[in-house]
Amino acid sequence: MSYYFAIIGTQDNPLFEYEFGTSKQGGDGVARFPEQARHMNQFIVHGSLDIVEEVQWANGSMYLKCIDRFYNNFVSCWMTGGNVKFLLLHAPSQPAATTTTRTSIANPTSPQTEEAIKQFFTEVYENWIKAIMSPFYHVNMEARSPIFRQRVVAAGKKYL
Amino acid sequence: MASQPTKWALGNQAPARGSSQGLRTPANGKTIYNRPLNRSRTQELSQASFAYLFGEMVSYAQRRVTDIQDLEKRLNNQGHPIGLKLLDLLLYREPPRSQLRPLNIIALLQFITTVLWKHLFARPADALEKSSNPETPDEYMITDNEPLVNQYISVPKGMDQLNCAAFVAGVIEGACDGAGFAARVTAHSMGTKTEGELWPGKTIFLVKFQPEIVEREQFLGKS
Repeated sequence: MSYYFAIIGTQDNPLFEYEFGTSKQGGDGVARFPEQARHMNQFIVHGSLDIVEEVQWANGSMYLKCIDRFYNNFVSCWMTGGNVKFLLLHAPSQPAATTTTRTSIANPTSPQTEEAIKQFFTEVYENWIKAIMSPFYHVNMEARSPIFRQRVVAAGKKYL
Repeated sequence: MASQPTKWALGNQAPARGSSQGLRTPANGKTIYNRPLNRSRTQELSQASFAYLFGEMVSYAQRRVTDIQDLEKRLNNQGHPIGLKLLDLLLYREPPRSQLRPLNIIALLQFITTVLWKHLFARPADALEKSSNPETPDEYMITDNEPLVNQYISVPKGMDQLNCAAFVAGVIEGACDGAGFAARVTAHSMGTKTEGELWPGKTIFLVKFQPEIVEREQFLGKS
């Protein structure tokens, strides 16, 4: 499983980006997007913003679950109170590259995956609030804090 | 004198470590990220120090302003980012089951008058009303009989229109904007200066939502 995580501001502007791979099932935490598809991640995530806008008014919870899918890429969303979107693109590794033993973990919409992503988002949200609490942070500013990045990396390692 | 050498040691250490990482951290290595977001209910701030700070904020805003509207706008701007940030912080502190983003105007205003007000002033707002005028269905009024920020503010004679609770109006506006309900919020003094008035400092916060917000509200209500 490879992941691409992005935080999108209120004007659909990117505030934070991070690409990583799974650390579960002996993964090494390195993203393995096919080289010719890697640059598509930003487009896919950006494309799902329209769906976020539809879903956000139907459901008041912050975790909007898996909202979009583009071929083998799934996009999960977390909406903060301040209308900032956390988007996580998750792509199971290509079936050709592996054997048939990993059927259970490959399902990106299973309750286990959903729960793991929720825990990841919850932890990032906590750190996000700490980041924006800074009196020098203004709305829609890029999140540059290295400690915030460390924390996101740690959350990714811990849950995904 | 015994504490002097340790102070020097700390002073010399911090810049060296900071320059190697490009980031300065406190001497004990704990940043804001190491501290919990929840705080105990009893922890309160001194009102005297707040009154002092707020007095300074008003006189800072008063520099180089031309009229009262300008001054109120500056106070409003000072409060705006606070509202934006409090919205997320207070939603986070809500119990997990009611950790919901406000989806309509009423839910948002109730969140403001109860949760936000209790956090800032240790009591809920005194009233929340919708404008009864059919021509302005986009206006709501939040009443505070005795705004905490105005407790030690005396408005000079020639400036009767001024209400320094414009700062609180800015906080409300920030919370509304953050939740996706763009609004203009203004503070108006309603208490009369007559003898025997129960609440001479009564203030009404007029929340006027943008037309597109009202339109969206109607559309969402139908579906």
